[in-house]
Amino acid sequence: MRLAAAALALGLVLSIGGAAARTFVDDAGRKVEIPDKVERVFAAGPPASVLVFALAPDKLIGWTRAFRPDEAAWIPKKYADLPELGRLTGRGNTANVEVVLNAKADLIVDVGSTNPTFASLADRVQQQTGIPYILLDGHLDSTVQQLEKLGVVLGAEARSRELSAYVSKLLDGMKSKIATVQADKRPDVYYARGPQGLQTGLRGSINVEMIEFLGAKNVAGSETGGLASVGVEQVILWDPQVIVTNDPNFYASVFKDPVWSTSLSAVRRKRVYLSPHLPFGWFDFPPGANRLIGLVWLSEILYPDLFKFDLKREVATFYRLFYHREPTPQQLDVLLAEPGVGPR
Amino acid sequence: MIISRPRYPFALGALGMALAGLVALAISVGSFPVPVAKVVAVLWAALTGGDAGVADNVRAVVLQVRAPRVVAALAVGAALAAAGAAYQNLFRNPLVSPDILGVSAGCALGAVTGILFSLPYLLIQAFAFGGGIAAVGLVLLVGSWIRGGDRVLTLVLTGVVVGSLFGAGVAFVKVLADPYNQLPAIVFWLLGSFSGVLPKDLAVALPLVALGLVPLALLRWRINLLALPDDEARALGVNVGTLRIAVIAAATLMTSAAVAIAGVIGWVGLVIPHAARLLVGAEFARVLPVSALLGAGFMLLVDTVCRSVGRTELPPGVLTALIGSPVFIWLLALTFGRRS
Repeated sequence: MRLAAAALALGLVLSIGGAAARTFVDDAGRKVEIPDKVERVFAAGPPASVLVFALAPDKLIGWTRAFRPDEAAWIPKKYADLPELGRLTGRGNTANVEVVLNAKADLIVDVGSTNPTFASLADRVQQQTGIPYILLDGHLDSTVQQLEKLGVVLGAEARSRELSAYVSKLLDGMKSKIATVQADKRPDVYYARGPQGLQTGLRGSINVEMIEFLGAKNVAGSETGGLASVGVEQVILWDPQVIVTNDPNFYASVFKDPVWSTSLSAVRRKRVYLSPHLPFGWFDFPPGANRLIGLVWLSEILYPDLFKFDLKREVATFYRLFYHREPTPQQLDVLLAEPGVGPR
Repeated sequence: MIISRPRYPFALGALGMALAGLVALAISVGSFPVPVAKVVAVLWAALTGGDAGVADNVRAVVLQVRAPRVVAALAVGAALAAAGAAYQNLFRNPLVSPDILGVSAGCALGAVTGILFSLPYLLIQAFAFGGGIAAVGLVLLVGSWIRGGDRVLTLVLTGVVVGSLFGAGVAFVKVLADPYNQLPAIVFWLLGSFSGVLPKDLAVALPLVALGLVPLALLRWRINLLALPDDEARALGVNVGTLRIAVIAAATLMTSAAVAIAGVIGWVGLVIPHAARLLVGAEFARVLPVSALLGAGFMLLVDTVCRSVGRTELPPGVLTALIGSPVFIWLLALTFGRRS
């Protein structure tokens, strides 16, 4: 019955899309028939939104959630005003399949995990809607491949070349410099999540990819896994040199907290950093290309002697390339003067 | 099967001593290695106002991290077990836990709403506490609006309804939450943990727990009579309606305060009163103190294991369920006998 429905849906798509189609093998190894010319793309999650927006903003048909005013100020209005369509798979399904159909997408893109769970979810949505659904591996290290593959799919090769040239130059430059750093000069980093800063990412979790990419030591990295809860005592025992967080409440309280402020050398030496989050986060989430500018920021924090970026210029370039608008000098001043971005 | 019950004073004394031993153990172990002698020195210095002669971080670990954690586990365990004992007596039902009137669901909704609006942690705790009080307040209000029928049954059913309604609210907030940041924070909060308890949290929570525990202790003889049918209790001179409200208010106050600092931890309030009854009989006046002691010890043991098994912590709720469920079955078998 389901097979028949799928066949019917597939037939419907073929008859609408015409015979002009090509086969794309996505990162989960799924062979997906996609139209020759893709015009309307539904991004299944925030990382996919960021990537499609960077490559072909006019083909993006909506966001997974509407922008708040402070976020919308950073991207051109016509893109910020795109409708909220919800998330399709993964962590909580908020998009109605009928909304997807009604939005007349001709391709669904998801960037992130390509494990069998997500591959089967993609298959199901594809069967149900008849819209081709491709999955791309979302690791930070594969950003260039994401850009190249999606560039071909979306017919945005020129943009894709421009962006991947920028990204490979950035990442390769960082890698080669960091390769020269001896093991004992690589800082111990603790990533504090949650309102009390007591959740952290273990080795291999997508949340701490940036720390691992920059060759620093994640203090919680002796165990493999996703997010985990830890005790203050354990953090004191680790005594990290640098603490990175994206929780403003934790950042605001950590310097006043009697335990953190007396027992942790990172707090005493004011080496606690709060990642900026406009219009997309600089660290951890969403786990997409938006983290690249965070790498620039974090590399300077972790290796102050090795990296001397002109952060303002780098941010301006990255935002112009990926978000299609160079921030005003005033916006940049405000962004970089926020507490926790620089040394306290 | 007949079990010989130890005499009540003996049971109290033995439990008190076991608890003291457990506290000594709990304050001495942890991921940050502090020799027992230094723990003693720090505690002694804190009591006498002297100088322990240890590094600042050792002092902070003992006084600011471990001691509050131990006290919090004791208070939460005692509160949940005492509330459970009071409710099982009040509702004349051994399967009742402190959640029966929706207090945990209310706390959860309050806390997740706080997380959704990215409030500071202190306010999240306040929201949790307020949510618990609000849920039970709503139950009492609706329950008093329904006139006839069995009062106790009405309350329980209203509690189930309100609890489920607040549960739906939690689910709704989860959908609204940012999936990368807030959703994990919500999940961790709902799992419960003692890992971030600070002395200032205790300064608020302990008086609230005491405010619930003391009235229950003072009224313990009267509460005993609530186990009787309403008219019989009335005939013995008990103002059933007022007393019932007092018990519910006390239990709600304690449970809300406990959930606000530690999250939702199940099984303690359900299983511990059974164990207490097995030890000292069904009389509430005895079950209450024994439950509080047993609950405090059990919770402390569970939390000590949770923070000692590895670098990352286990949620205490997982362990209480793991221990609580087989123990509960065993207690049932002990109480009602087994098919041979």
